[in-house]
Amino acid sequence: MSEVKSILLTGVGGQGVLTASEILSDALIDEGYDVKKAEVHGMSQRGGSVNSHLRYGEKVYSPLIEEGSADLIFSFEVLETIRFSKFLKENGKLVVNNMKIIPNSVYFSDVKYPKNPDKILKEVFKDNIYLFDAFKIAKDIGNAKFANVVMLGAISKIMGISDRSMEKAIENRVPPKTIEGNLKAFRQGKELV
Amino acid sequence: MKKLLSGNEAVARGFYEAGGHVATAYPGTPSTEILENMPQYGEDVYSQWSPNEKVALEVGIGSSFGGARTLVAMKHVGVNVAADPLLTLTYSGVKGGFVLVSSDDPGMHSSQNEQDNRFYAKFAKMPLLEPSDSQEAKDFVARALKISEEYDTPVMLRLTTRISHTKTLVELKEREEHNDLLGFEKNPPKYVMVPANGRKRHPIVEERTKKLKDLAENIDINKAEYNDKSIGIITSSIAYQYVKEVFPEASVLKLGMAFPFPINKVKEFAEKVEKLYVVEELEPFMEEMIKAEGIEVTGKDIIPRCGELNPKIIKNAVNKNKNEIKENKFEDVKTPIRPPVLCPGCPHRGVFYTLNKLNTVVTGDIGCYTLGVQKPLDAMDSTIAMGASIGVNIGLEKALGKEFSRKSVAVIGDSTFLHSGTTGLMDAVYNKGTNTIIILDNRITAMTGRQDNPSTGYTLMEEETKEVDFEKLAKAIGVERVKIVDSYDLNELKEVISNEIDKEEVSVIITKRPCMLIRRREYDIKTYRVDEDKCINCGLCLKVGCPAVIKNDDETKAKIVESMCTGCSVCAQVCPQDAIKLVK
Ligand SMILES: Cc1ncc(C[n+]2csc(CCOP(=O)(O)OP(=O)(O)O)c2C)c(N)n1
Repeated sequence: MSEVKSILLTGVGGQGVLTASEILSDALIDEGYDVKKAEVHGMSQRGGSVNSHLRYGEKVYSPLIEEGSADLIFSFEVLETIRFSKFLKENGKLVVNNMKIIPNSVYFSDVKYPKNPDKILKEVFKDNIYLFDAFKIAKDIGNAKFANVVMLGAISKIMGISDRSMEKAIENRVPPKTIEGNLKAFRQGKELV
Repeated sequence: MKKLLSGNEAVARGFYEAGGHVATAYPGTPSTEILENMPQYGEDVYSQWSPNEKVALEVGIGSSFGGARTLVAMKHVGVNVAADPLLTLTYSGVKGGFVLVSSDDPGMHSSQNEQDNRFYAKFAKMPLLEPSDSQEAKDFVARALKISEEYDTPVMLRLTTRISHTKTLVELKEREEHNDLLGFEKNPPKYVMVPANGRKRHPIVEERTKKLKDLAENIDINKAEYNDKSIGIITSSIAYQYVKEVFPEASVLKLGMAFPFPINKVKEFAEKVEKLYVVEELEPFMEEMIKAEGIEVTGKDIIPRCGELNPKIIKNAVNKNKNEIKENKFEDVKTPIRPPVLCPGCPHRGVFYTLNKLNTVVTGDIGCYTLGVQKPLDAMDSTIAMGASIGVNIGLEKALGKEFSRKSVAVIGDSTFLHSGTTGLMDAVYNKGTNTIIILDNRITAMTGRQDNPSTGYTLMEEETKEVDFEKLAKAIGVERVKIVDSYDLNELKEVISNEIDKEEVSVIITKRPCMLIRRREYDIKTYRVDEDKCINCGLCLKVGCPAVIKNDDETKAKIVESMCTGCSVCAQVCPQDAIKLVK
């Protein structure tokens, strides 16, 4: 239990990055860990790139994850995955929603959105990356809004967080009417890894 | 019970637990959530937004003189606005405990500068407490109130972005009442700072500072942790956590109270360790005081003064490592930037689109609309501080003549205008200017996360209240030309703005449409769609800079992301082919 683990969450403002980070933190606290979670509010809400640093273990000092040291990157968008992949440690894992959100900046500069970003990621990270269309999976279960919880399912399995803690955390953070659907999405996500 | 709280949530909780009575603030990242978290304690704590930080602090002074435990919160630059009353409050002293929370922003995540407000504590002669996590943030509020009452002084609680916005575990407690001081007693020698009284208070302040220094020497939040004595590090705030992360074996002197500076404690620590460092974010605040005593210490020679610190910077600085450049796995992949942008449906978009087209010089201000500086809107030419747009516009006209104002406007948001724009408008009228001032009224303080202000009709505690009428206010100041336009109507915007710029007198244009993010807003969302048969891929719709307007996958046509579109119609208005249609 003593070793400190780091999860970097990335995505675009409005995608629910911070809520997903809240659910993970709740579950980790329930597991008995010390948890620190750092993020910057304000500007990032306006469609900009957003990230959340989550660290847990017996005793955590720095809330910030250093480059090259994240055990896992949990990403909601592929370009942001590429941008923040320098935070991943050697052989760290990535759980990525295969979604593209084009920033308006590409129309006014020479830097374009990378072509086939999912292939590029696969080539570099090989078996360490889990890339899937969480929206499609969630829609099949009944609601695209469950996409983040699908991803949380995959993550909890990789990080070895107990189902009991995860399910409790999800139940506490989602609207009561959607609990059943979300739990289904969670279990579906676990099957993906 | 333990809960994961941000530093800001912990400060609010700490104030509630410590029997706090009155809390005031003007919003500002990273301090905003302190007051946003106060209404949940509304049965015990009265809380409010003030129009600016100076008023917030003055309301706090009155509350403290009335014997109430008081908290006033603001971002670092807010203390500049409140500095005038603050630097005399330290002479008067307090009655009920008074804590000023200053949340600084090293790294400028969302600020215009990264000033180090620890100097304000020294400048104003008030004790300075700096927590290093949320538990301390909560505990230090109670400490600050106690010190304030015991030593008859306001106390500064200084946070930074990483303290304010990092969540760590906090042990919650019950509220403890402190009502014994409530009540106002006349005491002009203390509360009326005419010169004769001020002169008598100043020596009292100096005496107090000496006593507070004794406190700092002995207080348990200034604590040496002895380990390996070959390295000793003096540190505070979030830097303490980074130091513990990278040098778990080192001896550390952590200063939770760094002003008045506990120099004897520092000397004692310095004598016990071989090599002494001071690791602090931004300015060499502690370092200068250590060096002034002739103690040898390494600090800003190796620790950067600009930007925020992190564990890696500290490790490399102390170990004299070069910042090794990690192999980039995506060397050939360029990543386009993704800066924050105006939301789909943002009422500011049409105004900046129009100002760009009219080729005006725009003196700007601070708010979401500052994003109008970015491409493709590209229509802002100055931004300095809140309220400065109007003064800067007046100055340009005074320097360059009235002709300059025939191609220039000042833009200012509703909250910013009420914060510090009215005095600028008076200057324009009084000194016979011919400026055009656009008040961007989106009925909320949006940038900092949608706070109410005196023009929105609601208070922080969600009560309905009166609204400032901008039109009447401008007229009362002496502006004869006041125009109100619909922010979504590009034709009207263009006509009114060009017309008012032409006039050789002060004009105020109020552009009206509520922010898309207002909670109470009633939604009637329509969406638009591109008719692919009509679209000629000219790209003009992309120039409104809306996140919902993109190109299709093979980049042959424009496309509207329907899930993001709010139906503002601005893109449809600029389409020369009439190809953007309302979805029926
Ligand atoms: C002295 C000072 N206080 C607070 C802030 C933080 N701040 C930046 S913009 C802003 C308000 C913007 O509101 P408004 O003028 O209504 O524009 P909007 O964001 O709604 O477009 C605030 C409070 C600041 N930059 N400076």
